[in-house]
Amino acid sequence: MDYVLNLWVRLATDVYQLFLGWGLPEWGAKLIIDFIIILILVILGVLAVIVLTPMERKVIARMQDRPGPNRAWPYGLSQAFADAIKMLTKEMILPRHADRLIYTAAPILIVIPALMIYAVLPFGPQAADAELKLGATNLNVGVLYFVALGSVASIAILMAGWGSNNKFALLGAFRVVNQLLAYEVPMILSLLAVVVLTGTMATQRIVEVQSIPYLIVMPIAALTFLASAMAELNRSPFDLLEAESELVAGYQVEYGGMKFAMFYIAEYVNILSTSILFSALFLGGYKFFGLEKVAPVLAPFIVLGKAVSVFFFMLWIRGTFPRIRLDQLVGLAWKFLVPLSLVNLVLAALVVKLSANNWVQAGLLLLGNLITVAVTFLIMSLVERRAKSGGSVVMSEAQNLTPAAER
Amino acid sequence: MSVQHVVFIILSAIALIGALGVVLNRRLFRSALFLVVSFVGVAGFYILLEAELLAMIQLLVYVGAIAILIIFAIMLSRQAMAADDKVLNEQWVLGGLAAVVLCAFLIYILTRVNWPVVEAAVPANSIQRLGESLVNPNGFVLPFEVASVLLLVALVGAVIIAREK
Repeated sequence: MDYVLNLWVRLATDVYQLFLGWGLPEWGAKLIIDFIIILILVILGVLAVIVLTPMERKVIARMQDRPGPNRAWPYGLSQAFADAIKMLTKEMILPRHADRLIYTAAPILIVIPALMIYAVLPFGPQAADAELKLGATNLNVGVLYFVALGSVASIAILMAGWGSNNKFALLGAFRVVNQLLAYEVPMILSLLAVVVLTGTMATQRIVEVQSIPYLIVMPIAALTFLASAMAELNRSPFDLLEAESELVAGYQVEYGGMKFAMFYIAEYVNILSTSILFSALFLGGYKFFGLEKVAPVLAPFIVLGKAVSVFFFMLWIRGTFPRIRLDQLVGLAWKFLVPLSLVNLVLAALVVKLSANNWVQAGLLLLGNLITVAVTFLIMSLVERRAKSGGSVVMSEAQNLTPAAER
Repeated sequence: MSVQHVVFIILSAIALIGALGVVLNRRLFRSALFLVVSFVGVAGFYILLEAELLAMIQLLVYVGAIAILIIFAIMLSRQAMAADDKVLNEQWVLGGLAAVVLCAFLIYILTRVNWPVVEAAVPANSIQRLGESLVNPNGFVLPFEVASVLLLVALVGAVIIAREK
């Protein structure tokens, strides 16, 4: 029974012992185990495309009151396989006068950091009697690692835009990078609030310390992170670069076949990793009412379940909100999310200084968050009233300040 | 030769190939990309030296921000799709001379200084110790605050320059 409950860790330990039994040196056995774990994580990332795309299509279709894909067996759920086969059989095209090296390297470079992020995601508790844990590594700079690798993607996007030798692709790349840079700031600030509260950047440790999910304790940080993550992922309502109903596909316009599929894969790999990180930082990760202590075997499924819930929430937003304009997009980041997350960061630092008790901290933070939200709404309604009673300058300010969804 | 030696040689090769690519490439955009390769190699050195924080900051700041800034500057100041540039211009003698002198100077310094070696292992909580020494009155709080004020001034200056009149 104990073996079944701790299946993953026990299995890994047994395989490790088996390798040692074959006469492998200790580092060799560890290397092979690590390699297997990495392989599983990479496959998990790529599986995200196959599982999440049909889910997205079906859910969005249901929200828009239409059947969605329903030809590919069963119920259109294997649509992703059909797409993959179509992509693989397409011709590899190189645009005329395009920079071959950069054009080809860009789709590869965008997938690599996306998959590397899985190294720091926590999938389960550390077993008491074993050195092994679920997840590849427990870097003590895990959160920073996530942010740093996310920023590498903008280089790949610029390469794709420039390498295609197409003005529209280049302009599309500029727009995306503008968006990525703008939303990196509120994202880092909201992550910083969590880091200040927990006193660590290791994702595994953040989950361990989290007795109450931080979504309840720090709703501002959680929602700021979610909003900026959705902007980083180019999810609707921030999907200005794709805007499939209005524009060509931005920086991907010259890509087709498997090279285009690489961008697609990177997008969904990033969605899953961001959802897992969100569930680790704000939803308690692998914790589920003590279930993870009784049966650590279920921990990865708890994490994935929470991640899919986060993804469902994103779809919900996509099905509900209209797309926002580019100036609103950048204005929302700099004029709304950044000040809000700065206030939240100061609040978190103050609370940590005031009390060391978990419950007192949680109460104070919740109180502070509620006050901040109330003050924000007060300021916004004041600005709006001023705008209504005249004053054209304030008017445009207010339009930029208020997120599109609330107008 | 230990594993660290092999890794060091590979990382050095990456950093040096990147650096050579920057100067020898005929397309400015490709040079900028080779600069990224060089930055990644340096980040690898930091990981080899067990300074994960510095490695991540290197990636975040140099690859994620400075390289992007350089690429934007190249694309905004020149015709982005322009044909190839020349590798050398008329100042190559002076530039080469300066490079050789700097290189000789650095080699002289590196071979002369008696580098102290600490036998102790790298502490596990090096990030915490770094953070504490940055805000410790006996540590680096003064330079840290001066740098913060400098950055703030730069930020305000940038806003003022960019503001529409």
